[in-house]
Formats: sequence, C-alpha cells, structure tokens
Amino acid sequence: MCTVCGCSEGDVKIEGPAHEHAHPHADESEQMIVQQGDDLDFGQGPAHAHVAGMSQSRMVQIEQDILGKNDRYAGLNRARFEAQSIFALNLVSSPGSGKTTLLTETIQQIKGDRHVAVIEGDQQTANDAERIRETGVPAIQVNTGKGCHLDAHMVGHALDNLTAFQGGILFIENVGNLVCPAAFDLGEAHKVAILSVTEGEDKPLKYPDMFYAADLMVLNKTDLLPYLDFDVDKCIAYAKQVNPSIEVIQLSAKSGEGMAVWVEWLEHKRQAMIKQRIDALETEINQFKALL
Amino acid sequence: MHEMSIAEGIVQVLEDQAKAQCYTRVKTVWLEIGPLAMIETEALNFCFEAVTRDTLAEGAVLNIIKIKGEAFCMQCLKNVPITERYDSCVDCGSYQLQVVQGDEMRIKELEVE
Repeated sequence: MCTVCGCSEGDVKIEGPAHEHAHPHADESEQMIVQQGDDLDFGQGPAHAHVAGMSQSRMVQIEQDILGKNDRYAGLNRARFEAQSIFALNLVSSPGSGKTTLLTETIQQIKGDRHVAVIEGDQQTANDAERIRETGVPAIQVNTGKGCHLDAHMVGHALDNLTAFQGGILFIENVGNLVCPAAFDLGEAHKVAILSVTEGEDKPLKYPDMFYAADLMVLNKTDLLPYLDFDVDKCIAYAKQVNPSIEVIQLSAKSGEGMAVWVEWLEHKRQAMIKQRIDALETEINQFKALL
Repeated sequence: MHEMSIAEGIVQVLEDQAKAQCYTRVKTVWLEIGPLAMIETEALNFCFEAVTRDTLAEGAVLNIIKIKGEAFCMQCLKNVPITERYDSCVDCGSYQLQVVQGDEMRIKELEVE
C-alpha cells in the first residue's frame, strides 16, 4: 500500500526518498450533496426509482469504467510528460525477451545526444535498475509486490523522483508479462512489444491484446535466427493480423544488427511528438493573436 | 492475476460512490464486459468474492452482462461481429478491422441500501 495516500496497491515499493503527494486524487471533489428531510422518500435516490419488494434497496445507475481511475492517473502522467517534454515509451514483453539488454545497449548509443531515464517494473529486486544505473542514467525501480503489471498510479509516484528530468526519453520497462500490462495505460506515447526469436512465432496470436495495444513490435535476438526454426515472415503476418497498423523492427541488441533502425525510430517519433506540441502551441498563439 | 486488480478497482468505485450517493451497503453489481476486455469472468467472480470481504460489498452478487464484439471492416465498409482480436471479417476474410465495440468493462448499475 502507498504509505502516503493509502491507495490499495498491495505491496508496491518505489525506490527513492519518501515522496510528497504531488498528484491530486481525481475523485476528491466529486462528492454529491443529497438533501434529507424528515420524510422517508424512496424515490429521491439517485436512481429515482423504487423497486417493489426492496423497501430499503435502491437502484443506482453509475456507468463507470472500472479502469477509469487508472486512466485518470494516466492522463495526469501524460500532462506531466507534456509539461516536461518527455517522450515516454512503455516496453512490454514476456520475461527473458531481452528488454533490459536492449535498454542498456540503446542507452549506450543515445546517451551522448539525449537525456534518458528509466522506470523499471519488476515483481521483486532492484537488479534491473542497477544494471541501468551502471550505464550512467537515472533509474527508478518499482517493485509491484503481488502485482503483475505497472499501473499509472505507480508510475506517477516514480515520476515524483524524476522531477528534474526534462526533454528526454523515458523508458518504462513493464513487468515481464504479455497479458495484464496491455490493459493499463501509463500515459506513454507508445507501447512497444518486444518479442525474441527464441519464443514462438505465434505469440502475437496467443497474446493478441498486447500486440493490438502496441504500436511497434521489436523482434529481438535475430543473431540467433540461424540456429532456430523461427519463421520471421509468419510472425510479422500474425502481428499484422491482430493489429494491421503495427510497425516491426528486427534487431539484435547483442550483435548490434538493426539497432540503428531502432534508434532512428526513437528519434523520429520523439521529434514527431515535439512537432505536434509546437503545432498545438502555434494554433493557440494564433488564437490569442486574433484577439488583439 | 489482473482480475484481482480489476476486482479491487470495482470495490474502489463502490466505496467512492458510497460517499457520493449516500449508501452503506451494496447488494448487487451489474457489470458490462465485452469479449475483448481481457477479463476472464470466472476469475473475476472468484476475486470479487475475495476482495469484497469486510467491505461494504461483502456478499454482494456480481451480475455480468456480456456485450457483443464488433469491428468496422475497411474492405466491406460496414460493422461485422468479432469475438477475438485476431478474427477476420466474416464476409470478406480481411484482417483490416477496426474494433468499435467489445472492449468495454464498466459498472452499469448497483442495487444498494
């Protein structure tokens, strides 16, 4: 449980100093005042209905998304990314696909040109954050305890420890799990699904939700292809079957093959995000100018 | 596993709404769930019973309303039924589908006192 706000997140632990509670709780101001007189009127409830045989019961229609709370936190994260000009990626995969190695290799290649920070999600241990810190960039480890995914609230608290981080690329390495992280928006610009060729080529069909949610599939460990029966074309066809617009990059973080394409993709998408922000600001400026 | 988080999310919504709508006990919850919502309803039922213990929803009945999945086919230019993300269009066989309905997961209605 978060020791500051008491939100029930199980055994979540976030590295870093004890945090100030920077984010507002979305629900705090939503309380409704219900007037109550001396009379008992069952029709005055929010459902405006009385159901026979349920003298004390009433029906309430609320139509509320269960993930709505996560999505609100994700929205707050997105606003913070925008304010700090951070290009955030949510890296998802099964355990052992090579996410952390891909990250350390990527960081080595781009840290001279770009600010980089990492939020590491794992059920236990700070091993991955330590591996990232060895490359010289800041990393915050989030241990999800019993949880099988990062949610937007955890990422928000991790961001409290990255307030000085501006204008760079933030990699959020999710818990190794191809199921649950698909449902939880963290506020990222893109989900990137990493699949290694030592896994089955039919993973996009076995775990369709994740490949549907991802904008890019990175096929990792391609240096091992000569020793495997992995059918790359079939794998890509399966991914496109689930998500016709998914992009694909083949690389080996170990041999370095294909890494340039990935680094170029990162820079291209980061610049696209900044340009989009500039366009929005210019539109706003023009609206103000029109008022002069 | 993530059904547990979802069940906790439901209880959180129920507790938030209890303040807003002035009720102290939840007797029945109606949930709308689509086939693409990544929810195993049996697992959710199991988790719901576990996480509602000692809450305002202890012993509440969970009713699940199943919604149909639907996608827009870019070839046929119309909505067609689907049950999985990897389904093809039932008419033309194309995979160029855009999901329009079926990933919903929301609380529709409550019986409270």
